[in-house]
Amino acid sequence: MENKVKRELPDDLMNKMDLKPFETTEIGHPEVKRVAPKVRVTTGQDKVVASLDDVIKNNLKDGMTISFHHHFRNGDYIFNMVMDKIIAMGYKDLTLAPSSLTGVMNDKVIEAIKKGVITNITSSGMRGSLGDFVSHGGLKNPVIFRSHGNRARSIEEGEIKIDVAFLGVPVSDPAGNANGQDGDAVFGSLGYALMDAQYANKVVLLTDNIVDYPNTPASIKQDQVDYVVKVDKVGDPDKIGSGATRFTKDPKELKIAQMVNQVIVNSPYYKQGFSFQTGSGGAALAVTRYLRQSMIKDGITASFALGGITKPTTDLLEEGLVRKVMDVQDFDKGAAQSMANNKNQQEIDASWYADPHNKGAVVNNLDVSILSALQIDTNFNVNVMTGSDGVIRGAVGGHQDAAAGAKMTIITAPLVRGRNATVVPSVETIVTPGSSIDVLVTERGIAINPARKDLIDAFKNVPGLNILDIHDLQKTAEKQVGVPKPLEYTDRTVALVEYRDGTIIDAIKEVKD
Amino acid sequence: MTYVKNRLRRTMMFVPGNNPAMIKDAGIYGADSIMLDLEDSVSLTEKDAARMLVYEAIKTVDFGGSEIVVRVNGQDTPFYDEDVRAMVKAGVDVIRLPKTESAAMIQKLVKDIEHWEDEYGIEKGSIGVMAAIESAKGVLNAPEIATATPLMMGLAVSGEDYTADMHTHRYPDGRELEFARNMVLQAARAADVYAFDTVFSNMKDTEGFYRETNYIHELGYDGKSLVNPRQIAMVNKVFNPTKEEIEQAKNVENAIREAKAKGSGVISLNGKMVDKPVVEKATRVLETAKASNLIDEEGNYIGE
Repeated sequence: MENKVKRELPDDLMNKMDLKPFETTEIGHPEVKRVAPKVRVTTGQDKVVASLDDVIKNNLKDGMTISFHHHFRNGDYIFNMVMDKIIAMGYKDLTLAPSSLTGVMNDKVIEAIKKGVITNITSSGMRGSLGDFVSHGGLKNPVIFRSHGNRARSIEEGEIKIDVAFLGVPVSDPAGNANGQDGDAVFGSLGYALMDAQYANKVVLLTDNIVDYPNTPASIKQDQVDYVVKVDKVGDPDKIGSGATRFTKDPKELKIAQMVNQVIVNSPYYKQGFSFQTGSGGAALAVTRYLRQSMIKDGITASFALGGITKPTTDLLEEGLVRKVMDVQDFDKGAAQSMANNKNQQEIDASWYADPHNKGAVVNNLDVSILSALQIDTNFNVNVMTGSDGVIRGAVGGHQDAAAGAKMTIITAPLVRGRNATVVPSVETIVTPGSSIDVLVTERGIAINPARKDLIDAFKNVPGLNILDIHDLQKTAEKQVGVPKPLEYTDRTVALVEYRDGTIIDAIKEVKD
Repeated sequence: MTYVKNRLRRTMMFVPGNNPAMIKDAGIYGADSIMLDLEDSVSLTEKDAARMLVYEAIKTVDFGGSEIVVRVNGQDTPFYDEDVRAMVKAGVDVIRLPKTESAAMIQKLVKDIEHWEDEYGIEKGSIGVMAAIESAKGVLNAPEIATATPLMMGLAVSGEDYTADMHTHRYPDGRELEFARNMVLQAARAADVYAFDTVFSNMKDTEGFYRETNYIHELGYDGKSLVNPRQIAMVNKVFNPTKEEIEQAKNVENAIREAKAKGSGVISLNGKMVDKPVVEKATRVLETAKASNLIDEEGNYIGE
């Protein structure tokens, strides 16, 4: 069957898994029913256990769903520690449902798949050896990729039913009151893990730092936690995020960032109390710098900044240029440490952040979002999932959510990367539909979604802003790098990409070598 | 591409001729001129490869509105002849001759260009030349070099080699370059060609860059050679006319229009006659203001 963005979806899988094709970015007002976890009642006196083996043995059964969070990113020790034991204990047929998978987890996931321990995966994304393995047909069942908001929705509505959540934290008390702000391996917001803590049947905290009861602030609360396991080390603080965020010196990224800033400050949304989400790439950080200069010059302050947070954003908070930071995760040490010190840096969970099926997520209050793209096509559809070789190497992250929620979504991308065009006639994988994308900024000029006539009017007289038809940008890219041979895939589906409402927006096929 | 004698030339950005990534993106930064280098930034083992790369780039890459200058290898090297031949065939705007010390060297370059223009059926005079002045001899001969050919686009001071030749080196205050800067500028002005200042390579010293650029702007230089695209906006900022200068230029322009309407050969403003240099200055100011988005299509001031 074909969905509304003209992607052919595999009928057999769609029927077997009872999935619906993507139709629209409009969510409307459906009434949804949420699920509740099973609770094993205790007084909470003896949650601290020495043996992770016992916890696994007493709670995990073949065929169950396990989850982890990715807040430690490439400094994570928890995932491999837990998976080593699960593999050694001979479990079979588990579903892995982490908030995302980072590079340090790759080899362990591949080992677990090869041994039949993991047979299903849902994640925000995957990269490196694991993406390569899955794209070459390493996992029998298709991976389901979900945005951060969609994962929250899926957990709430029971599409992801977590049996046991293994959540690493840098600090907890013996009853399970925990946060991400104190201890050695701090990462700041626990935003994604809060969903697991709230909805998993069994919640296992792993920490290297048990402090006296009660530990506050408590992001994860004692009434949610079944076990507290003491481990040697939860993570490597130096690999959690970049130590000091450096501004890019790449002149091309700076040029793009300057143009993005031009787009923002000339948009109708740039006024007292506006809001924005920038992300963490080189160009995004530079945008924050230029935006700061503009805000000071124009005497404008923002009501809030949202998303994955970096130090340049918390600096704006300190300076009073941003009133609140709504923080679902922190990308660097500075932002993580800032959370403990600044009451205006509000930790938010993934549902509050971006869930399409709740009573209003923060993304819906967003004026401007700045997002990246591996590819964008002439219909403004964006791919942040597969490379130009068709191999999985990305993550949905909050892309679909921020794009759908923000009043103006700006994609920043170089026109070409190496010898590959970024602006293409048709993206390999549609992750975010073009109807939720408003402006594309490349080093050669900007393109505005023709549906946004108001923005075309707003920008047409801005000096120095080179506005082009996206087809012209595509042709310019093609002139530089030529027309690539179409990629070859087998008929087998290795992954399905959900839109944030749970419908299927695209299927990823096994690459043919 | 064809050589245009008079145009805005505030910024001449150096791009190594052996770096495809930098060449590909050179056109996006709004440099007035891009100088693709076959000389000092290319090692001996890469001379042929760089020449081929630059040749293909000129024929295929979109450099925006930038003028394309190529610095060929010196006339005392075995690469010079092939460099000139390839660049003529590619249709470059301007060829820059390094280590120029005499009018004869420029006349040889023009002869060689004309030879290959003949060979490839290209109209004579399609390619301009410029001279890099890099030695004491070159500085002293600047007047004859500047007037060596009607195709002369301009003179550029090259501080590194010159200071070495003078038994000194670059200093932050630039006093070691004082004579050369003034001599080359005088020669250029007298010959009605452009004058370019040397590069400033310490990207960390923003203050020093502004100090030097302000200084050469004050002297009367047309532009500066650059090693990094980030310097373009900085130079443009220094060269931007003030609001008053723009208003004055607009008044001059109106006076010209009125004179034309009246069929009068004499342009007068506020009762005073307007001389040619003032008219030319007004044109330059408005051209610069437009390029820097300080005035809109109708000439209204929109700067800050």
